[in-house]
Amino acid sequence: MAQSSQAAEGLCSIPALLQRNAKELAGRPAYREKEFGIWQCWTWAEAEKEIEALALGLINLGVNEGDFIAIIGRNRPYFYWSMVAAQSVGAIPVPLYQDAAAEEMAYVLDHCGARFAVVEDQEQVDKVIEIQDRLHQFEHMIYVDPRGMRKYDHHKLHTFAGIQDQGRAAYWEFIEDLKARREKLDYDSICVMLYTSGTTGKPKGVVLSNRNIIEASRSSAEFDNLTKNEEVLAYLPMAWVGDFIFSIGQAYWCGFCVNCPESPDTMQTDLREIGPTYYFAPPRVFETQLTNVMIRMEDASRFKKWLFDVFMEHARKVGPAILDGKPVGGWDRLKYALGNLFIYGPLKDTLGFGRVRVGYTAGEAIGPEIFEFYRSLGINLKQLYGQTEASVFITLQPDGEVRNDTVGIAAPGVEIRIDESGEVFYRSPGTFEYYYKNEESTKSTKDAEGWVATGDAGFFEEGSGHLRIIDRAKDVGKMADGKMFAPKYVENKLKFYPNILEAVVFGHQRNACTAFINIDLTAVGNWAERNNIGYASYQELAGHPKVLDMIQGHVEEVNRSLAEDPMLSHCQVHRFLVLHKELDADDGEMTRTRKVRRGVIAEKFGDLLGALYDGSGDIFTTTEVTYEDGRKGSISATLEIRDAAVVPVNGDTKVAAE
Amino acid sequence: MLDMSQGYTTEDGRKIGGVVMEMKHITLRFGGVVAIQDISFDIREGEIRAIIGPNGAGKSSMLNVISGFYNPQEGEVWYKGALRPPMKPYQVARQGIARTFQNIALFEGMTVLDNVMTGRIRQMDAGLMAQALWKGRAEREEVENREAVEKIIDFLEIQHIRKTPVGRLPYGLKKRVELARALAAEPSILLLDEPMAGMNVEEKEDMSRFILDVNDEFGTTIALIEHDMGVVMDLSDRVVVMDYGKKIGDGTPDEVRNNQDVIDAYLGVAHD
Repeated sequence: MAQSSQAAEGLCSIPALLQRNAKELAGRPAYREKEFGIWQCWTWAEAEKEIEALALGLINLGVNEGDFIAIIGRNRPYFYWSMVAAQSVGAIPVPLYQDAAAEEMAYVLDHCGARFAVVEDQEQVDKVIEIQDRLHQFEHMIYVDPRGMRKYDHHKLHTFAGIQDQGRAAYWEFIEDLKARREKLDYDSICVMLYTSGTTGKPKGVVLSNRNIIEASRSSAEFDNLTKNEEVLAYLPMAWVGDFIFSIGQAYWCGFCVNCPESPDTMQTDLREIGPTYYFAPPRVFETQLTNVMIRMEDASRFKKWLFDVFMEHARKVGPAILDGKPVGGWDRLKYALGNLFIYGPLKDTLGFGRVRVGYTAGEAIGPEIFEFYRSLGINLKQLYGQTEASVFITLQPDGEVRNDTVGIAAPGVEIRIDESGEVFYRSPGTFEYYYKNEESTKSTKDAEGWVATGDAGFFEEGSGHLRIIDRAKDVGKMADGKMFAPKYVENKLKFYPNILEAVVFGHQRNACTAFINIDLTAVGNWAERNNIGYASYQELAGHPKVLDMIQGHVEEVNRSLAEDPMLSHCQVHRFLVLHKELDADDGEMTRTRKVRRGVIAEKFGDLLGALYDGSGDIFTTTEVTYEDGRKGSISATLEIRDAAVVPVNGDTKVAAE
Repeated sequence: MLDMSQGYTTEDGRKIGGVVMEMKHITLRFGGVVAIQDISFDIREGEIRAIIGPNGAGKSSMLNVISGFYNPQEGEVWYKGALRPPMKPYQVARQGIARTFQNIALFEGMTVLDNVMTGRIRQMDAGLMAQALWKGRAEREEVENREAVEKIIDFLEIQHIRKTPVGRLPYGLKKRVELARALAAEPSILLLDEPMAGMNVEEKEDMSRFILDVNDEFGTTIALIEHDMGVVMDLSDRVVVMDYGKKIGDGTPDEVRNNQDVIDAYLGVAHD
């Protein structure tokens, strides 16, 4: 693998990049966090001091090289510092999803054998204490927020500030040790271990080296001309590879500032205040924002609604073309400029996208309508395709070549091939080292030459050379008559409706497609309020006949649009039901990154699935639910099953009952 | 009974200090109605003291006597070691006792931040002119007070509604904002009148946690009225039980739970 020239200069670890930034960008902001209503700022020089103090404190606490340190908390500078401090002392940071239940944490903590954990607050401390007895190797816990913690036994429990103070006090004792450990780090040493959520099976620990992270960050930053002037908002789970690349890899490589929101609920306000120039979000975030915009427009006055509709219509027509620098007529340009003045500009500002220069979405396919909406506003939203094992980047869309149905061309340094079955393989400097303590999986995923199987089916489009992902290779199935069944495609069409939060489409080995649908409580609740529909609970609203009518309308519209697609016209949804509970990661129905686990859902709601195919009109069901604190309960409901009108497709034998 | 003379330490390790307020033989009448009849009890520094009883037992009246809003016809109120004379409303506000109300009493049209800022009124003494010009002292004061308010907003986790008008908030959050305003006054005693009334289980759990955290973190003495027995028994260090204006029990939750008079008052007595 080609060593970059920077590596030769000794910049081959994150702590080394920190030293460079602290020297060259000393006075520039490295971290901001809103606290007590004000954005608090740390420059690179200050951040370096904080990290050094923590690293010394960790040595003082007895952290050895090669130890694993679990990091559990939401995006705050303290946890980013903890990761870099851990690396500085030769330990390996393992960020965890902070909303995971104690049981899930137990698996990961036990699997990596973490001796230490840096956690956020009492909630996380309680979770770790609950499972501590089963983790024989676990020793010390460090917490950031001291609230409610006074009464705890502090023999093996420390405050973050306390550890830093001890580190500062022991400066002369350990500084040489710290420097030595830091200098030992090279391209091959482990940078981070991230657990993949996995839509099936137990999480796997993906080991990424400094080479993986730095090479991926460097080449992607060059691809999009990222500089030290970028502003990003760090709000995605720290356990997710994307956040590690954006908020640590690229931030340290380029030297830009990472902004942390005040609380998870203030994200929208904070986004607006910061006005990021570089922004990343999974499709769900864009969907939610679009839903909110649409809800607010429903409540707007008639004139405003009319203005919005007129200009959005125009934006959809010429917006993307203007963004891509394609020729557009003078009149259209003028009208777009007017729209920008009245609608697009203020809207972008409200959404917090006023300054976005490069925006990415990935993780799941984004609905084409959602994607177009943002692009038409003039936001340079692009798609990338990646996974944890690749240190994110496999393909990227270059500026000016953005399309909603492809994921772009191979990222710099990445080779891609597609095997006979259609599965996509890649090889790159960012390719992970191995799965921790799981040689078998490593072998089946990554071959001797370094090619990694993505598990996704796709093909290169003729002409443009862009990669097009059809679906998870596992998910793409065949209907009973042998035609291709691509559930995600249909689900995304359904999910474009603000009222539909989640959809799961079934059809593999069946003669017709059916769907489970989750309503979006915000959107449907708002609609119910406007239409004088009273309801006491999510369940009641979800089962309301008028809600079902509305959802049926959406399903039938999707069917009409599917009928126009010759490839997928047979995937029209014949029957559907609206689920009485929201699909949730706590119940194992989704991953922590909110991808649906089809297998689990089909099994758990087997009775409902059966009812979708046996023609019954309603079904009584009882479902177990898990609360946030791990307790279990159950809810039961009678669900109505609706038939949706299907558009007959010409030249095709009609299938299934209507 | 616990030895009360010098204060004590609770099971979970909190230090409870000496008596901060003592009610001696309080009787309160409204015309011919006797709301409170010869009740005596004390509140210790740093403890959570609950007042419970069936509807119409005189709990809210008792809270109003503690706050100084009502002057009892008979009996004495000793506060911080001194006999408290009858007070005018502005004196009531300045003695360091803050409260929340059974029916939320916030300024609906003002933002959460402004509502909580009103709780700092005692800490602001720049003159009217200075406030209007907003220079020098007035500005400094506002910054200091805003800082204190922001800490409370952070503490009660209401950052996301900082700039939202209170009228638009759901009930559970309004209750929390009211608590924030009371805390902003940095009271030595915090009175909570049915802090959990009308809340769902989750909101109750949140509120309970906040009450415990306030007590633990700021050492605030808390006197509360509550109907939810589970909550009372979990939260409080000592409980006074009232029925028809009389005190029928006083002690730790366990003592009260096993008190025959209390059981009778709550479950009713069979008439032979």
